[in-house]
Amino acid sequence: MILGLSTGSSGGDIGNGIKMVFSFFTDDSSQDEMMQTIIWQIRFPRVLLAALVGATLSLGGLVFQALLRNPLAEPYILGISGGSAIGAILGIIIGLARFPGVAGTAFVGSMGTLALVLVMASGQTVLKKDSLLLSGVMVNAFCSAVIMFLISLTQDSRIHNILFWLMGDLSLADMNQVMILAATVLPCFLLIYCLSNSMNLMLMGKEMARSMGVNIKAVTIILLVTTSFMISSTVSQSGLIGFVGLVMPHMLRLLLGPDHRVMVPACIVGGAGFMVTCDLLARTLPEQGEIPIGVITAIIGAPLFIFLLKRSKS
Amino acid sequence: MSEEKKQAAIEAMNLSYSYHDNDVFKDLSFTVPKGDFFIIIGPNGSGKTTLMKVLSGIEKPEKGNLHILGKAIKRYSRRSLAQTVAMAPQMTTVDFPFTVREIVLMGRSPYKGLLGFDDQTDIQIAQQAMAFTEVEHLAERKLGQLSGGEQQRVLIARAICQEPQIILLDEPTAALDLAHQVRVMDLMEQLQKEKGVTVIMVSHDINLACMYAQSLLLIKNGQIVSIGPPDQVLNYETLEHAYGCALLVDQSPLGNFPRITLVPKRFIKLSLVNSYLQNKCSGSEIR
Repeated sequence: MILGLSTGSSGGDIGNGIKMVFSFFTDDSSQDEMMQTIIWQIRFPRVLLAALVGATLSLGGLVFQALLRNPLAEPYILGISGGSAIGAILGIIIGLARFPGVAGTAFVGSMGTLALVLVMASGQTVLKKDSLLLSGVMVNAFCSAVIMFLISLTQDSRIHNILFWLMGDLSLADMNQVMILAATVLPCFLLIYCLSNSMNLMLMGKEMARSMGVNIKAVTIILLVTTSFMISSTVSQSGLIGFVGLVMPHMLRLLLGPDHRVMVPACIVGGAGFMVTCDLLARTLPEQGEIPIGVITAIIGAPLFIFLLKRSKS
Repeated sequence: MSEEKKQAAIEAMNLSYSYHDNDVFKDLSFTVPKGDFFIIIGPNGSGKTTLMKVLSGIEKPEKGNLHILGKAIKRYSRRSLAQTVAMAPQMTTVDFPFTVREIVLMGRSPYKGLLGFDDQTDIQIAQQAMAFTEVEHLAERKLGQLSGGEQQRVLIARAICQEPQIILLDEPTAALDLAHQVRVMDLMEQLQKEKGVTVIMVSHDINLACMYAQSLLLIKNGQIVSIGPPDQVLNYETLEHAYGCALLVDQSPLGNFPRITLVPKRFIKLSLVNSYLQNKCSGSEIR
């Protein structure tokens, strides 16, 4: 996080930046004013936003994997992110404000695709592994088509914004938005953490969970709605960022085991750290400007997904 | 004392359950005495598994009443029901790398607080449950790496960890080889005899069932064909009626247990021996 704060395209050398950051804590005001401003007005909200987005997305991935008993589930792959993107773009086109407006339409979009995926994947009551992923792929394809359709209808200058935002964009962070987002997602984190033991039991199968006293219906609905809600809030802030929900839970599960009482906090911290690092790469790799952060996460995540799929088949 | 003894573990009154307008079972009434080893047998599709789900509270019966330890199942909270009745389902696959210890500890959930962290008592009870089913040495292994018999014993340990008064098992021996079948059945008998737990089990293996069960319930098409001690339930007529195939019923060399032998088509005439033994036909018919 400190590294994220202290590095950047106008940041000079890293060592100096780190000194800057610490100087804040030590009340040493001898440092350069402009650097202070850059760090605290521009980079700090951005790093915070990245952390929140990363935490939310990786936790979202974890919850979907538990609910669907499928280690490959992830909001982006299932098309949930795509659905909220459609909602969000509609919101942008109508000209709604970023926060309650766009987030609201994004939430409606995500609930819509979630329902669609669940209906398609459920024969009777069983969610089969492959059919679920296939449904997600199709929903995703459909969502991108709708998104392109919406974009081609839009004539004005917002197109560039939308396109960039589609690949994930944290550059618009300002402190107010970050605080609002934090206020929305942090209670969700807490709620999900309270249900972590129930998620453990549900991994053993619905019937066994019920025989151990879990109210499956209530837990499932609370988790689905909470997760969709926090994901659509982040999508409306940061655009489509894929694979975080896949990469982090998997890496952490290898390190810490599958217990959700450990995994929920680990995913929040790990996801935040991962996203800040990815954002750092996105800002510093190109000589000029920056890469959309979704590009970085997809470059890391997509090969991992293919690897995991191959391993789970054998 | 006598009051306590008479109390039924499970009392089913006119239980009905249907699925997509097909009756799975209808108007089932029976009683399982407390501390009994009770085995449900019957042909495929007779509603055994569904009955187990209803008894464990996983599914709700459409009609009828179900009393558990003298109290209507509707009056139990999820939590207190889970502290009373535990279920070990047919083999499940778990895609997530839980260790044996973690899975057994899950059985403590109905006793845990909101966040569900394990305290010293939980860990101790889990340890005892693992020792009881002899899976202690596997505690740190992943469930997926174990053999079928070991997995089954882990799932039973998890159910025992719930400290239930009634334990339900759905075909616990189905996927096991001979040695493991006997081992699992012996374990359940030990649990019933030593700890007074009521054991209710669905089984396909009638021969194994009748050597352990104190009561047998034979159902077909969702209706009770016969209920009672094994030597009453397992006679030639009721079995042939229920399963619709030729069988030989005689006595096991181990004692006063019925022994059932399946009769392949080319031996069918021989099965008339049963009828002969029961004075239902003359010796000439056999030849």
